[in-house]
Amino acid sequence: MWNTLTISDLAARLGRREVSAREALQACLDRIDQVDGRLHAFLSLDRADALAQADEADARRARGESADQPLLGIPIALKDILAVRGQPLGCASKILHGFISPYDATVVEKLKAAGAVVFGRVNMDEFAMGSSTENSAFGRTGNPWDLDRIPGGSSGGSAAAVAADECLAALGSDTGGSIRQPAALCGCVGLKPTYGLVSRYGLVAFASSLDQIGPFTRSVRDAALVLHAISGHDPRDSTSLPEPAIDCAAAIHGDLRGIKLGLPREYRIEGIDPEVKSAVDAAVRQLESLGAEILEVSLPHTQYAVATYYIIATAEASANLARYDGVRYGLRIDGDDPIEMYARTRGAGFGPEVKRRIILGTYVLSSGYYDAYYLRAQKVRTLIRQDFLRAFEQVDALVTPTTPTAAFRAGEKVDNPLQMYLCDIFTIPCNLAGICGLSLPCGFTREPRLPIGLQILGPPMGERTLFKVAHAYEQATSWHRQKPPIQ
Amino acid sequence: MAAADLDIQYVAHLARLDLTPDEEARFSAQLGRILDYIAQLRELSVDGIEPTAHAVPLVNVTRPDEVRPSMPTRAALRNAPAQANDLFLVPKIVE
Repeated sequence: MWNTLTISDLAARLGRREVSAREALQACLDRIDQVDGRLHAFLSLDRADALAQADEADARRARGESADQPLLGIPIALKDILAVRGQPLGCASKILHGFISPYDATVVEKLKAAGAVVFGRVNMDEFAMGSSTENSAFGRTGNPWDLDRIPGGSSGGSAAAVAADECLAALGSDTGGSIRQPAALCGCVGLKPTYGLVSRYGLVAFASSLDQIGPFTRSVRDAALVLHAISGHDPRDSTSLPEPAIDCAAAIHGDLRGIKLGLPREYRIEGIDPEVKSAVDAAVRQLESLGAEILEVSLPHTQYAVATYYIIATAEASANLARYDGVRYGLRIDGDDPIEMYARTRGAGFGPEVKRRIILGTYVLSSGYYDAYYLRAQKVRTLIRQDFLRAFEQVDALVTPTTPTAAFRAGEKVDNPLQMYLCDIFTIPCNLAGICGLSLPCGFTREPRLPIGLQILGPPMGERTLFKVAHAYEQATSWHRQKPPIQ
Repeated sequence: MAAADLDIQYVAHLARLDLTPDEEARFSAQLGRILDYIAQLRELSVDGIEPTAHAVPLVNVTRPDEVRPSMPTRAALRNAPAQANDLFLVPKIVE
């Protein structure tokens, strides 16, 4: 049962020596043995390394070295996009076959310094491109609430592992919603921090002006704990903000009197599921009853966000993925000259969605099309960012659905990439604007019973407000304590 | 900027990406629909709007130009598909 607790609860029990870090990890490993054959959240798992970390955590506690280690002995799983020295890193792609990381990502260093047991490689859409984890080269992950449905993506393994109690928390990455969308569809908390707040050193790049690392947890307070551990300036990432680690614990208290929350008019679109709409409407009424003032606001350029995103993200991806050429690491398919080797290697190593995006990104950057597509998209991005900054002059945070629908069936959208892209309509604008966003559970659909997510968006460095609002809502509801049926 | 402008064989060559004939046909159709969707950006007037390359208020991040320890050669070569004499091996580039 230790695997089912929140971080805060397990940390307190570890502190009181009710349980050892080894026992807590073993509970997670037992749970993985019990359900992961069907769930498939984990791509691989180094049990010996994880147990050694847990034993080291117990030894440190026995020596009285737990004071500066708020995550001492807490098992946290990692998306297969983050580097851990000596461990495989594959981005769920065949092109990184056999790759072993030569160094630790900054977030991994920080988690280990905070005492966490950092373990496992959890599934994802290949190179974080997708919204369902069906683009993994190693098979899809199930949704713990209904294994025939998708867990969301691209960090679907992270969300499924946390929701199914296989770990206490997980890290993922969010380029257009890849943390918040799977968190919503699996019923956990997911945070995309402000761009630049968490170092990306050791995160494999997809779209560098959009990517951020963030936590998946089973409570709002837990997300704040993990964010405190992983945030802060890093000279090894030139986009890292000159800010210290952000501690939001002090913000997590009290009601919402004096807080102004905005409802963006443009997010009330057709195609939103009626059950999602009614759950979010009820959440807004709950927030109002907790003291928040609710205002309608306008983000006039919202409808252009998905188009803007698929130009900018694919353009950046086409450049970032140029490094997979068979020369220095990963798969190589030989050719008579280097050009032939590159093309064969990439043709054999990348899956369909990655290829589509490389083609689109190369096209929008190519001579004759750059101004019409890429430059224009960068200008529209300015308008989208200005929409948010103006809205945050009127309100402290924005409240929206995280996704237009609950989890859909596996296979339902694989042949229609545009439909798949439109799943991210509510999460994409946040990345374009560089602001912060959090998703937390706000209800369930009736039949089948599937989680619904509430998204709270805040201004740059507005994480304290997000946590205050999210925690107040969470304390007033019981959605986050519901467990999925997988046994 | 009509979708029909996308010459997939030419763009795949620019990207050094082999596609099968089946992939060329399928991606052309799918990307055509995506480009039709993207075309809505033409509705907007962007005259006088500065482009946003990234959303952080940071420019010209530099560090002192000092020699620091770097990854040892053996570690850098550990993942190499082919290597010899502390170097990556590649097919012959010049005759």
